[in-house]
Amino acid sequence: MTRLSLVAAGFKRHRLRLVLTGLSIVVAFVLFSYLVAIRKAFEMGVSIAGADRLVVRHSVSIIQSLPASYEAEIERIPGVVDATPLSWFGGIYKDPKNFMPQFPVKPEEYLAMFPEFRLPPEQKAAWLATRTGVIVGRSIADKYHWKLGQRIPIQATIYAPRTAGHDWRFDLVGIYDGAKKETDTTQFLFRQDYFEENKEIGKGRIGWFAVRIADPKKAPQVAKAIDELFVNSPAATKAEGEGAFAQAFANQVGNIGAIVTAILTSVFFTILLVVGNTIAQSVRERTQELGVLKAIGFTDGEVLAHVLGESLALAGLAGGAGLGLGYFLVSLGDPTKRFLPIFFFPREALGVGIALVIGLGLVAGAVPALSAMRLRTVDALRRG
Amino acid sequence: MLRWLSQITTLTAFNLKTVPQRLGSVTASLVGMAGVVGVLIGVLSIDQGFRRTLATTGAPDVAFVLRGGSDGEMTSILARDDVQLIADAPGIARGAAGALVSPELFVVISLPKRTTGTDANVPMRGVTPPALGVNDKVKMVAGRMFAWGRNEVIVGRAAQGQFRGLDVGSTLQVGQNVWQVVGVFTAEGTLPESEIWADAAVLQPAYRRGTTYQSVKVKLASAGSFAAFKDALTSNPQLDVKVQRETEFFAGQSEALTGLVTSLGWILGGLMGLGAILGALNTMYTAVAARTREIGTLRALGFSGSPVVVSVILESLVVAAVGGTVGALLARLAFDGYQTATMNWKSFSQVAFAFRVTPPLLVLGIVYALILGAIGGLLPAIRAARLPVANALRE
Repeated sequence: MTRLSLVAAGFKRHRLRLVLTGLSIVVAFVLFSYLVAIRKAFEMGVSIAGADRLVVRHSVSIIQSLPASYEAEIERIPGVVDATPLSWFGGIYKDPKNFMPQFPVKPEEYLAMFPEFRLPPEQKAAWLATRTGVIVGRSIADKYHWKLGQRIPIQATIYAPRTAGHDWRFDLVGIYDGAKKETDTTQFLFRQDYFEENKEIGKGRIGWFAVRIADPKKAPQVAKAIDELFVNSPAATKAEGEGAFAQAFANQVGNIGAIVTAILTSVFFTILLVVGNTIAQSVRERTQELGVLKAIGFTDGEVLAHVLGESLALAGLAGGAGLGLGYFLVSLGDPTKRFLPIFFFPREALGVGIALVIGLGLVAGAVPALSAMRLRTVDALRRG
Repeated sequence: MLRWLSQITTLTAFNLKTVPQRLGSVTASLVGMAGVVGVLIGVLSIDQGFRRTLATTGAPDVAFVLRGGSDGEMTSILARDDVQLIADAPGIARGAAGALVSPELFVVISLPKRTTGTDANVPMRGVTPPALGVNDKVKMVAGRMFAWGRNEVIVGRAAQGQFRGLDVGSTLQVGQNVWQVVGVFTAEGTLPESEIWADAAVLQPAYRRGTTYQSVKVKLASAGSFAAFKDALTSNPQLDVKVQRETEFFAGQSEALTGLVTSLGWILGGLMGLGAILGALNTMYTAVAARTREIGTLRALGFSGSPVVVSVILESLVVAAVGGTVGALLARLAFDGYQTATMNWKSFSQVAFAFRVTPPLLVLGIVYALILGAIGGLLPAIRAARLPVANALRE
């Protein structure tokens, strides 16, 4: 009889409990998968922020606009490669629930600034050639079943169009993909020149700038230089790294993410504790069998390995299945259907998951395995 | 029937007496159940708190006027002439100082959050004297009201708790303007408590808004005069405005967070519920296995099958009820009243609110635990009833 089949024989002893315990472990690791995906979703792109990009906004708040002329002034500062304007459009597609970030941008500059947005060259050319052209991220194109060439009406909330009514009309000329899973593919990007020409208020003003710098290490100095340039103007600026900006933004949405994470983490560990207790219990019940093993010549070390192996096998099989199932369920996408546009199982969490599976097997098996090892054969046989 | 009931009582009492012998597995089941209920209630209490803050902000007898086409104060703009036209409409209540019409300016300033130190969008509202008559919930609790025409502000108590630099006596540098914090107000836990208030006439030039406002709040003579008021405005060709009841306006604002939190709460609650059912099954199978002999004896004495089923389910329900209650109470202790702030997407600014573990939420949690317990007890109960008497006695 090989070691493995001995472990398998142990499993057969209490099939029902084994199945129930195994399923609990599966549930725990499915929960873990959701946990890591939710955490990632609430991070809001902090982890992929470009180290060589700054965000320059009005010092009072991001809703205050800046003069568009700042672009040229920022670009003259040493260490700045390029600056490009963005504005919050905030329009409505059919229903206010259909939220998506809409920005008027300068196409070439924007695509160069954010190379993680991948747009096929012919679509880029179409965008440059179409004044009313818009490109959108893959996930919203899929969500609303938009096709290239389609005309998309967006109801203005801030910027009424010069043409009559509240609707702006855009022609869909491109669909971009994200270079990474974290890349935001929910943006709706149309042309700044068309926006400037067709809006009635806020002429000559933009929302904020994205700035690329030559050397990420000099980010603080360049940010300072930008702010100093405008400090005595009516629109003073605040320049900061994209990461810091994204972090502050994520913090605004707030502890909600942190709280959900804290709650879930504690639950996950509770489940592990309960499962560990069950495994330990099943080993205790078999004291007599372990005595038999020792009586027929198994060494202390072998008994230790046997008990540990059993607990590891259970944790490994069930935990692995749980991680696999969790990965699959998470890959089905945002379970809330619209609130978490970035929802995936982060690769780095897979390692943590595997470590937890092994940890569970070791911790749950350790105490019973040690007591099994120390067991005196005579006592064990007598106890049954 | 009476006999049947007395059998159930006897059996259940007997079952519960054996709990101390199975303390380990019963405890595991209890802890699991408490965890599930605690978490479900905890997550849903975020939604309750946020919704309450927004829902209680609106009053049914206050009309909220925005520019046509805008979906919130942030995107609205109304000229001084518009305000005058609105004030001329019928159905408006009058206070000591005239018509209760409050034109307001709404801007956002960046202040560091106390918890993280990073900048957050804090709402700042410019008001005129009728504002205090229209929003009668606002009460000063420290310092004094700002003086009209001066660079002074009063701050909501919740805003003061969440953001740095808002203590009475401190100065607030916003762009090129310096404001003196002179007082703190409460508003019965409603939205204004997250805001900073200043004189609109001082705020307008500071933000280069000329003489424009963003919204107009109007106290109506009665909740019933809304229709007449709205008709007068919408039929006025000189105006392009959107007229809503204040209650209606705020009800829509909690939608995003409510949707997110409730769906997350139920997904997680469902998953953990599955875990809890497994735990309960384990416990009850262990319980039944440990009592095989006793059950056999009772059956031999003439107890029928159904009381055995019912008694096992009852035991599972008792464990679930105790675990669920513990979890619910813990959730109440841990989460009720917890102060935090999040983004209100409609106004693109921070809303401070407190988690609320309401009695209906507690009941919901315990009922959920009972459902889980019933499911977890059913299969073991059937097994117990099906045990062949002879085999059971032989064990």
